[in-house]
Amino acid sequence: MSLATTLPAPLLRAGKTPPALPGLHLTLGITLLYLSLVVLIPLCALVLKTFTLSWSDFLAAVTSPRVLASLRLSFGAALIAATVNAFTGLLLAWVMVRYPFPGKRVVDAMIDLPFALPTAVAGISLTAVLAGNGWIGQFLEPHGIKVAYTPLGVVVALIFIGLPFVVRAVQPVLEQLNPEIEEAATCLGAGPFACFARVVLPLLLPALITGYAMALARGIGEYGSIIFIAGNMPLVSEIAPLVIVGKLEQYDYAGATAVASVMLIASFALLLLINALQAWQRRSSGDLQ
Amino acid sequence: MSSVSRQHRPAPPLGLSRLVLTGAALVLVALLLLLPLAAVFVEALRKGWEAYLAALREPDAWSAIKLTLLAAAIAVPANLIFGVCAAWAVTKHRFWGRSMLVSLIDLPFSVSPVVAGLVYVLVFGAHGWLGGWLQQHELKVIFAVPGIVLATIFVTFPLVARELIPLMQAQGPEEEQAAAILGASGWQTFWRVTLPNIRWGVFYGVILCNARAMGEFGAVSVVSGHIRGQTNTIPLHVEVLYNEYQSSAAFAVASLLTLLALATVFIKSALEWYRDRSP
Repeated sequence: MSLATTLPAPLLRAGKTPPALPGLHLTLGITLLYLSLVVLIPLCALVLKTFTLSWSDFLAAVTSPRVLASLRLSFGAALIAATVNAFTGLLLAWVMVRYPFPGKRVVDAMIDLPFALPTAVAGISLTAVLAGNGWIGQFLEPHGIKVAYTPLGVVVALIFIGLPFVVRAVQPVLEQLNPEIEEAATCLGAGPFACFARVVLPLLLPALITGYAMALARGIGEYGSIIFIAGNMPLVSEIAPLVIVGKLEQYDYAGATAVASVMLIASFALLLLINALQAWQRRSSGDLQ
Repeated sequence: MSSVSRQHRPAPPLGLSRLVLTGAALVLVALLLLLPLAAVFVEALRKGWEAYLAALREPDAWSAIKLTLLAAAIAVPANLIFGVCAAWAVTKHRFWGRSMLVSLIDLPFSVSPVVAGLVYVLVFGAHGWLGGWLQQHELKVIFAVPGIVLATIFVTFPLVARELIPLMQAQGPEEEQAAAILGASGWQTFWRVTLPNIRWGVFYGVILCNARAMGEFGAVSVVSGHIRGQTNTIPLHVEVLYNEYQSSAAFAVASLLTLLALATVFIKSALEWYRDRSP
């Protein structure tokens, strides 16, 4: 409830437009200064450094087989993991919102764990669980499924890291969904599956895709959890951020910058996409409450 | 996430689909989240309590803990002040480029931590923009503590702002406008009207920011130079121990960060529980 509506009328009538709140110049100034110093100017350094490379140098650095393989792994594994997370995230959000069960608060809190757990810790503990002698690995290895130290390990680490994104994007939308919409569908003869697929799912879609894009963006750039589980074999299980680190350690700043600029372009593209999706989500949820 | 008007609906009957879906969700959480969590503590205690405590008492571990605390002690307040200012500017005012500013605040979330570390190397490193000037004045940023602090700030940059912007957006500017009409100054409005409304958001933003600041690995690893006892933070110390095949020592140090993460998610959950009960 807004206080303004409870104020005596003369106070509101005195100025027809509400007064501008103070502090815009101070807070906006601090925001822009800090944003520029910490984020924008350093990122400009990367862009400018990229422009000092000749086009042929840039292409040579980015299209070397080792770099191409690493970009393919980073993007491919992130795509697979985000797709898996779209399904698992939808399942978890559905169960958390619709079904009561004992210990629900604990499970709900646990879902945030990948946000709060340092990536390096996630990396070593997933490796311990999935290695040949680990709790899960010992059952998979006899069947010829190797997870740790393979590209499959990269995917598993990214599924862990990306788990909360879809859940936390879908959960609030599902909570706010008007139950009458589903009741209407049921009254009109839709079975539970048709009701979900043709009524609920389309309403969740903007949030679902937003969560997917966030998990994807996080997965493409992920480093800490992967380097422990991937085995880091060049051309096989080496991710793009690790190639950047390797080039830096050999003082190949130009090469590192070239690969980093490709990743930065992907980050920008995904950021724009996520913003467009969130605008879509605001519009579509506005229609339905 | 804040849910303004939770829709009340009766629990669905205990049918087959409900049992199957709940079961699948619980198995998923157990396999993907609980097992790795348990593995940290089991591995950490594999050689017993003595070895566990010894790994934590080691001088290099101590210096890593101190450096991590220092980096978080600078990064968290800096991002808190920024987050509150940014949220006030974009939610209580209208100006040109507002939505673009909100997008730019999110940018560090989608930049790879390694790229974040690299940009600081390009600015402050020996061959970077300011490298020559820094060398003349015998200042060190890269491979030293200031670089670690900067990288930590970059990675945790949006966390407080991200928590506050949706919250303050939902609350709207009406209460502050009412305070202004009644003659409150800007500071009075902020301390007495805005802050009480957003205090839980601020608190959660700070603890999440703190957990991420203490746990950051990729960006810090690029700028740190891995000098043992000097520029290793707790996560970097875990990596060093792990790569030296001191597995249980690595997990012992990692268990500290795991406890921090657990405390963070459960404080968040408790805050939500408290908020739901006292609207």
